[in-house]
Amino acid sequence: MNVVTNNKWIGQRTIRPDGMDKVTGRAQFAADTTMPGMIWGKVLRSPHPHARIKSIDTSKAEKLPGVKAVVTSKDIFDFTIEKGAVMLGIQDMRWMCRNVMARDKALFPGHPIAAVAATTEAIAEEACKLIEVDYEVLPWSIEIEDAIKPDAPILHEFNKFEGKPSNIAGRLEHKKGDIEEGFKKADVVIERTFTTRPVHQGYIEPHACLISVAPDNKTTIWSSSQGQFMVRAMTSMLTGIPQSDIRAIPAEIGGGFGGKTIVYLEPLATMLAKKSGRPVKMVMTREEVMRATGPTSGSKSTVKIGATKDGKIVAAHGTFYLQAGAFPGSPIRGAAGCSFTPYDIPNLLSEGYDVVSNRSKVAAYRAPGAPIGAYAVECVLDEVAEALKMDPLDFRLKNAAKEGTKAAHGPVFPRIGYIETIEAAKNSDHYQAPLGDGHGKLRGRGVASGFWFNAGGESSAQVNITEDGNVVVTTGHPDIGGSRAGIANICAELLGIDYSRVSVIIGDTQTIGFSNLTGGSRVLFASSMVVTQSTEKIIQTLRERAAKIWEIDPEAVKWEQGAAHPVSPNAGQFEPLTLKELAEKAPAMGGPIGAGVQLNTVGADGGFGTHVCDVEIDVDLGIVRVTRYTAVQDVGRAIHPGYVEGQLQGGVAQGIGWALNEEYIYTKEGKVDNPGFLDYRMPVCSDLPMLDCIMVEIPNPKHPQGVKGVGEVPLVPVMAAVANAIYNALGKRFYALPMSPPKVLEVLDAPTQQAAE
Amino acid sequence: MAKVHVTTTINGEPMEFLCEPSDTMLDALRGSLNLTGSKEGCASGDCGACSITLDDQLVCSCLMLAVESEGHEIRTIEGMANGDKLHPLQQKFLEMAALQCGICTSGMLVASDALLKRNPNPSEEEVRFWLAGNLCRCTGYDKIVRAVMDTAAEMRAQ
Repeated sequence: MNVVTNNKWIGQRTIRPDGMDKVTGRAQFAADTTMPGMIWGKVLRSPHPHARIKSIDTSKAEKLPGVKAVVTSKDIFDFTIEKGAVMLGIQDMRWMCRNVMARDKALFPGHPIAAVAATTEAIAEEACKLIEVDYEVLPWSIEIEDAIKPDAPILHEFNKFEGKPSNIAGRLEHKKGDIEEGFKKADVVIERTFTTRPVHQGYIEPHACLISVAPDNKTTIWSSSQGQFMVRAMTSMLTGIPQSDIRAIPAEIGGGFGGKTIVYLEPLATMLAKKSGRPVKMVMTREEVMRATGPTSGSKSTVKIGATKDGKIVAAHGTFYLQAGAFPGSPIRGAAGCSFTPYDIPNLLSEGYDVVSNRSKVAAYRAPGAPIGAYAVECVLDEVAEALKMDPLDFRLKNAAKEGTKAAHGPVFPRIGYIETIEAAKNSDHYQAPLGDGHGKLRGRGVASGFWFNAGGESSAQVNITEDGNVVVTTGHPDIGGSRAGIANICAELLGIDYSRVSVIIGDTQTIGFSNLTGGSRVLFASSMVVTQSTEKIIQTLRERAAKIWEIDPEAVKWEQGAAHPVSPNAGQFEPLTLKELAEKAPAMGGPIGAGVQLNTVGADGGFGTHVCDVEIDVDLGIVRVTRYTAVQDVGRAIHPGYVEGQLQGGVAQGIGWALNEEYIYTKEGKVDNPGFLDYRMPVCSDLPMLDCIMVEIPNPKHPQGVKGVGEVPLVPVMAAVANAIYNALGKRFYALPMSPPKVLEVLDAPTQQAAE
Repeated sequence: MAKVHVTTTINGEPMEFLCEPSDTMLDALRGSLNLTGSKEGCASGDCGACSITLDDQLVCSCLMLAVESEGHEIRTIEGMANGDKLHPLQQKFLEMAALQCGICTSGMLVASDALLKRNPNPSEEEVRFWLAGNLCRCTGYDKIVRAVMDTAAEMRAQ
């Protein structure tokens, strides 16, 4: 392993390789792509939350001039329920094929029923209106309480829970010790129930794709996704076209946050293109995005924590019910598996329940499930600390997981940096500063911590030296947040050359080896591992080439500062050979210089953060403003500090939105009532303060550059930190998100029974 | 319906195009004019990703009809750099990592430029309120606000 000592590029705030394209408008996102002969696809969607599809008549639509193809569920491969799960990653294709196109039943308003391709978007939309669907409208349920009632309308008759048809699609538990015995030892026990609303990932770029299918089935997909290999595999499975015939080209992606880890449009556009013989472009409207993609779960959680007088947590019990949407698969693993993990709790039971209901199937959202669980756990921790009259950070320090702690979900922690994040938060200017005068507004400060598993997994890289002695690195996962800059920093550092000589490309499925999704906080962890190993192979080749030229042993050549140097016993005998010189000599000295590595990376370990939040509350209007925020996180090693901070700040902003305003609101008819950016209220620039970051760097010993994933932890503690700050300001606690102005006023006006419970 | 012929100026260049009467300016830019730097995030004027200027007024091109550009001067992200010389805002966005996925970046830059033309010395609050019509989901706005303030200071010093 090439040990980096000079650190010229790692840790520097370099200019990202794709930056110039993005500040000049040149960058090509999926909706920016066109093709000769291209036509437009649109989707007919169910108006009903729950309805049996008795028949679909597409004949009128097909006759409309300009219409080139119509597809229904008959054109999408059916993974039958009875044959059992067909897993692709964490997705069961039995649900995926039904989510992409309704089969038998429409299960949420917005569920695709049919798709049309026509010469213009307007004709395609018109044709959708001509499709006649005979629905038998069925009773429906959206909220968890309704979906788990004994007489609730059942979405999937085949699904049984405790022997009966049920909307509970699954349960998992993590267990340690004996909670009954544990709670007996506690001096303080607090149990609370919390609810959260579904929130959308809110990427600014709607889903889009352009797909061309040749008569021999050779298929090219340009699309916005968090993984071109996922797009290839799912499209292949749902259309029957072999993966080797599908080239999925990753467009620049305009945000994902987990929401672009599954396909929605690609299988439909592929079948429309196949049937029409024309390239098909599909772009969702914002309303379609809000009605039919993502969001993450709404939830109902009950958390009970018991501690002794001296501040030691002795037992905890969490029950997390999460909405899955129309198909099984809510992130109960994140909720039940992450929420208590920052703490060393001897007796623990953490349970998750996956509940289906008549809303769009949930998609991953930044540490899926973990923020929901952390909201409940970290709020109860705050109450326990208060009951014990302990500083909330001291209480966390006293119970913090550390090296050797066994987490309830299995692993025994190696060296982790959680304690360091608490200490850094405690010593921060922010935590030390007085709250100050609110000038009539109430001020408060809250803290919370969070954990996310982090992921490794499959990654591929190819590093090629150009004939003029520069470097092209190709990896296989879309760059959402600046990962190309981190990769270029590492490659330039290892080769000892100027950063500007390294170009980083995201390869398509047919040009680079399999690489898993951009998600799970895995990309820089995994890609820098394969890039490091590829670059080390290149360095070995360069040393061998120089040795050959000098006619000495390769072991007597070292690579330093971008050149081969002779070392003992030949030190000083030859002039160094630079990368450029060796590249120019390549045709005569062994041919092209390049190396590729494919790995199933391991050693990602978990990530921890601790946040401090100040709020100011206008008690007349019920408006909560976050006035100061500090996110502290163990980031392993910040390969590009600017983009690490960006991950922290972005996650915090999303969490503040989730805490204070964002929610899906439903009509009486079971439809989303706020499917646009006006009424689905994401934080805008004037809603937020500057967001401070403290990067604690405890290098990951299992990674050549010490990298830890950083993308997801920043969202985990935010809602609890805001809720704890609001409690600190008001002396009243919220048990439901979002803490939006009408709800704040409701709590302010309510008698104080909650606190007395 | 017959298409409408529109004569306008885009990024200083005289331009002509045909459009449907119902086409938005964003449709025209991204469609027949092939200027895809302006993005569509919402089609309702709420995200600002399609921000352009019409005679130096900041507008959401999704809320403006293409025919309304007749005889007017349009500026888009594609006209922000001067040849190969970036506008100071573009340069600062790169240096300060004020973009992550990049989908909002065009609109943010056009809007920030419009602000600095009106007010070369904005306070943080003024920057935040001016950019409140431009959604960004990645950055938390922190680095964007800093980049705009830093650019303003630099431009004032010149």
